[in-house]
Amino acid sequence: MADFITLTIDGRSTSVTTGTTVAAAIAIADATRPAPAVAASAGVTRRSVSGQLRAPLCGMGVCQECRVTVNGRAHVLSCQTLCMPGMNVKTGAAA
Amino acid sequence: MGHSLIMKPDVLIVGAGIIGAACADALSAQGLRVTVIERDAVGSGATAAGMGHLVAMDDNEAELALSSHSLELWKELVEGQPQRHEYSNCGTIWVAADDEEMEAARSKAVTMSAQGLQCGVIGAKELYSLEPQLRPGLAGGLLVQGDGLVYPPKSARILLARAVARGASLVMGEVVALEQGGVVLADGSRLSAGQVVLAAGTRCLALAPDLPLRPKKGHVMITDRYPGFIQHQLVELGYIKSAHASEGESVAFNLQPRPTGQVLIGSSRQFDTVDMSAEPTMMARMLARAVEYAPALAGLNVLRCWTGLRAATPDGLPLIGPDPARRNVWLATGHEGLGITTSLATAELLAAQMVGSRAGIDSQAYLPSRFSAQGRAYG
Amino acid sequence: MTEFFDILIVGAGSAGLAAAHAAANATATARRIAIIDDNPLAGGQIWRGGPAKQQDQRARQLWQALEAAENVSYMPGTRVLMQTQSGELLVQDAEQAKTLRYNQLILATGARELLLPFPGWTLPGVTGAGGLQALAKGGYPVQGKRVVIAGTGPLLLAVAATLKERGADVVAIVEQASMPALASFAAGLALTPSKATQAIQLGAKLRGIPYYANSYVTTARGEGQLQSVQIQRKGAKLDIDCDYLACGYGLLPNTELARALGCEITQGAVQVDLWQRTSEANVLCAGEGTGVGGVDLALVEGRIAGLTASDRAKEAQKHFPERASWQGFAARLAKTFAPREELRKLAQPDTIVCRCEDVRHDELREQPSWRSAKLHTRCGMGPCQGRICGNATDFLYGWRPDAVRTPISPARAGSIITLEPHKET
Repeated sequence: MADFITLTIDGRSTSVTTGTTVAAAIAIADATRPAPAVAASAGVTRRSVSGQLRAPLCGMGVCQECRVTVNGRAHVLSCQTLCMPGMNVKTGAAA
Repeated sequence: MGHSLIMKPDVLIVGAGIIGAACADALSAQGLRVTVIERDAVGSGATAAGMGHLVAMDDNEAELALSSHSLELWKELVEGQPQRHEYSNCGTIWVAADDEEMEAARSKAVTMSAQGLQCGVIGAKELYSLEPQLRPGLAGGLLVQGDGLVYPPKSARILLARAVARGASLVMGEVVALEQGGVVLADGSRLSAGQVVLAAGTRCLALAPDLPLRPKKGHVMITDRYPGFIQHQLVELGYIKSAHASEGESVAFNLQPRPTGQVLIGSSRQFDTVDMSAEPTMMARMLARAVEYAPALAGLNVLRCWTGLRAATPDGLPLIGPDPARRNVWLATGHEGLGITTSLATAELLAAQMVGSRAGIDSQAYLPSRFSAQGRAYG
Repeated sequence: MTEFFDILIVGAGSAGLAAAHAAANATATARRIAIIDDNPLAGGQIWRGGPAKQQDQRARQLWQALEAAENVSYMPGTRVLMQTQSGELLVQDAEQAKTLRYNQLILATGARELLLPFPGWTLPGVTGAGGLQALAKGGYPVQGKRVVIAGTGPLLLAVAATLKERGADVVAIVEQASMPALASFAAGLALTPSKATQAIQLGAKLRGIPYYANSYVTTARGEGQLQSVQIQRKGAKLDIDCDYLACGYGLLPNTELARALGCEITQGAVQVDLWQRTSEANVLCAGEGTGVGGVDLALVEGRIAGLTASDRAKEAQKHFPERASWQGFAARLAKTFAPREELRKLAQPDTIVCRCEDVRHDELREQPSWRSAKLHTRCGMGPCQGRICGNATDFLYGWRPDAVRTPISPARAGSIITLEPHKET
């Protein structure tokens, strides 16, 4: 039986299976946005220093492109963070 | 850029840090032919290691005169092109932890105002409205609005470029010895000039071991971007005690908001070690001190730690003027933690002495000859 | 808080797990062993998602044995911040920091991809090749998505297979190595029969997917996210619509921790002797860190390192021949898949090279060195601490990196403060 976890991403509730990374949850959530303000399914995690949209690149905690704010702590590597029930995630896309 | 093959330079400047670059700018503006000699990269030594703050310091009259005059020169320099220097007019708040420190803040306000610096004592309420990250229970502080910060390697490059535009040259090489009429480089070649200026910080000691200088190692750390964490440069009033101690190791609370949103964390002082490695225990002490003042700093990510060597003199004032022990050698060094701030005034004073003109303030207090009477040995 | 271990292993990928297993079985004295890894689950890259879930039974067997071993501790989500003194490291996880003291240290920190800049590479949807595989194993939605896999190396095929299994529509595999080089490599697989079998199995899985050798991606395009890529194929350009571009130009050893400890590095890899010992006393290295060679080489190097660290050097020797055969494979890998010259010219003046600080190619190419670039453009000053841009600028401009700086990974200030004994104000 697959366990589901519910977390909040940029204010919207998202359900994923256990073992899903926050980076994946963000991409999954993007795909279900009704009227995407930013590119759908892009998995956007942050804005670069000059304002470009960015999403994970290396997938293994090296490139730092996947940084998001989790439960109020900034610069968390979402590709190396497993989703936990009730997690509150904010990406740079919302900014 | 290269050797001036046509005419011998009037002045050789050893070191293209902020001091050397500022001197090159000032001397070339006086019409002198200048060659600057740099071993590594422009603005890569202590210039790159420090916090780049432009701060009025009032531990004594001479220091206040030099720093405040130099701040005026900085305002002129960055005017119209602050982005090029990454200049930020963030101001400084000297934080007072208790009533005794508030007294010190008030007395500072008097001294600085008399010097014409815009500043004001603030109470606890205003302190927290300006800087909510500071821990509860502080008494207030002194806000100095005119202080700011730059990114020194850029400023050094800009000053040197101005000199080069007037015909100055930059030579990449390491000076290994001074000799009559010039210098010897590591590759065996020689450069000669009428005058030589030593602006190489602690490395001046390699060329002139008798100089009244001691290296004072400092650590600096920088965080990831947390825009708005602090707005002003924050310094504890005990900083001056740390800066002027003549023994031991000390840390002081000193945070700076970089224009990138990163928080720059200082400061530490250690005597007589030239080991440049970052020491975990010093890092821990500095951060512990900083977190005492700004508790939320504990949760910020530190990206990098580096060190630098300040050149310190026995009385904490720089050496600006002729070397009493060597003909035609001038000194522009010994700036301890105030090199960026006082670089422009240093260059103005040195140039004035070298060409015999007037400067904005009196050079007397900074002349190297002040140490000849009591002997050259430091301390 | 300080914890003591006889053997500390950094990295819970195939090399680290093999080392732990070999060391844990020491019959003489039970040694306290710890494995730390920065991912939430063990397995490194190749066994990402946890060794227990892998098809490769070696992963499951190792993991079962280690779970049963009483003398092995495992710390997931843990990163090394710095060496505090000889024989001691400061580490942190999401909650806390501690110092770990050891008698023997085995570095098994693996490798990362060489990611090269080209126009559009910063678009959401462009990832590394191993990068997309890793993301997919973490649940990234790839089902029904069109994927172009590009770059170089056998990894591209493994990535294609993984993505296809997860329902992705792999529309092309773009390999920059030439057909003759690939043919020679394929022939060389006869020397490692298990690899040859793997290759045949992969070939079967990937039948029908367009495979373009001697080709490379020149541009990624899209509004706000990836929509298509352009490929240079022989003399012509080919445009392919896609949702993801998984592009990586081979693997590079992660040497930061080794360098921070003072280990000798040769040609970008940690130098080790026959017993996997580095130039630093009591520090060993195994796996991709000593040179990229795949899971089989990593397993035998890990085994040798684990035996050496637990005083069984003689037994370790028995595994030397197996290692030698995989080292041959590693050498053939390096020779076949070296990135071509044309890749140096993909970046345009406005192409971002340092992604953390948005520093462009035109700002960087006039710099004389890595150090100067850092000072004057901020390249390398961001949180990746030069791991992505350092390798790219080495490839593009020939810059050698300077010394590794502390901390070697972004460190919470509070973690560093734990070193300070006088915490009471």
